Amino acid sequence: MTALSALIRRDIRIALRVGGGALIGVLFFLTVVVLMPFAVGPDLALLSRLGPAILWLGALLASLLTLDRLFMADHEDGSLDLITMSRTPLELACAAKALAHWLAAGLPLIVATPVLGLLLNLDMVATGAVALTLLAGTPALTFTGMIGAALAVTLHRGGLLMAVLVLPLSIPVLIFGVAASQAVIVGPMTFGAPFSILCALSLISLVVGPFAAAASLKHGLD
Amino acid sequence: MTLIDLANPTRFLALTARLLPWLAAATIILLAIGLYQSASAPDDYQQGATVKIMFIHVPNAWLSMFVWGVMSIASLGTLVWRHPLADVAAKAAAPIGAAFTFLALLTGSLWGRPMWGTYWEWDARLTSVLILFLMYLGLMALWRAVDEPSRAARAAAVLTLVGAINLPIIKFSVDWWNTLHQPASVMRMGGSSLDRSFLIPLLVMAIAFTLLFVTLHLAAMRNEILRRRVRSLQMMQASRVAFSSDVGTGSHEANASKEVGAA
Repeated sequence: MTALSALIRRDIRIALRVGGGALIGVLFFLTVVVLMPFAVGPDLALLSRLGPAILWLGALLASLLTLDRLFMADHEDGSLDLITMSRTPLELACAAKALAHWLAAGLPLIVATPVLGLLLNLDMVATGAVALTLLAGTPALTFTGMIGAALAVTLHRGGLLMAVLVLPLSIPVLIFGVAASQAVIVGPMTFGAPFSILCALSLISLVVGPFAAAASLKHGLD
Repeated sequence: MTLIDLANPTRFLALTARLLPWLAAATIILLAIGLYQSASAPDDYQQGATVKIMFIHVPNAWLSMFVWGVMSIASLGTLVWRHPLADVAAKAAAPIGAAFTFLALLTGSLWGRPMWGTYWEWDARLTSVLILFLMYLGLMALWRAVDEPSRAARAAAVLTLVGAINLPIIKFSVDWWNTLHQPASVMRMGGSSLDRSFLIPLLVMAIAFTLLFVTLHLAAMRNEILRRRVRSLQMMQASRVAFSSDVGTGSHEANASKEVGAA
């Protein structure tokens, strides 16, 4: 347990310090959301209708782009080999790393959501709904994305290939995340059903992600 | 003959060389029977002649999932049993599965135009099959991106097993969500709701398409094995040539070509 908490603390500290790049994700999120009004035009009614979708898409892309860092830096300086060889099960270590990554890169996205909601003309309730769905949904993005990150580090290929592999897996999260937020804003569906499925997706990825990532690291690293 | 006997690629090649003509003949005969029966099946009282798209659409859709299932089993073979031909099987199946999935989507949208009034509808069944198609393409991209087959094989195996979660979602999407796509009518509790005049051609076509997949898959596996042999021979030759130019004598080259011939 101490090993895992040490790992989490180390990863968060590295991510937040110079060269960590966790906060670049938030900056990217902000930039993508600011780009959208230029693409669709500054029509406030249209923006507030598209708002949840824009925020979700921005959060999805931001969490995808920061995933590169999850194993790559550790692989470069050799600490990934130490983690693989340590007595802690690799699945647990992967889960701890993903949790740390989510705390450092995923949580700031949710904190930034209210500010970005103002830019998109969302009211309080809508912003709250989007933030809540992001809180429930972004762990799924991180934990499924971890599979892609593990594959990328074993194949020495990142970037586009990882995006192509991970994005189809994150489509269900996007569907139910946006559906739950839209249910609050326009109805007529209830908020509960899509939101429960979103939570279920997060829980499933919490189980599947670490095992798949650990399997990929175990079989792929040399 | 067990599965482990086939671990020797030469034995596998010899066996499939004998098997493939029979499989191909059976596929052609069954496809001919199935197509004839589909063409002579009666028109539906509501859908008219367009109901015959079903005889192509349903086997393609069924195979799009079946091929991923085959790839998942092959991936288990790669990761758990380290069967030497498992990754060949997984790699060879991916483009075939992608083709079946594409045809299922294409025939489905051609069928949807007259029936639903639209080529495409974002309902649960269509979306999940589209995700399946994207994952096939992603897997193929993965195989192409990495030049070392064994390394790519293990990564692809992990990804295939993760993607297998999508299969039950596709199968049950029409039951879980109330969608435009009709619910299952052939395989369900309490027997098929399809009339016999439609059911029999459909089953013949399903068997014919499955045989078609087996034939194509075995042929593709043969090609992949031969391609890998050519590749390793080329690598060997290249290293010999590099070595001989290093030393600067011609005798090595003669030796090299002799050894390559023996290999």
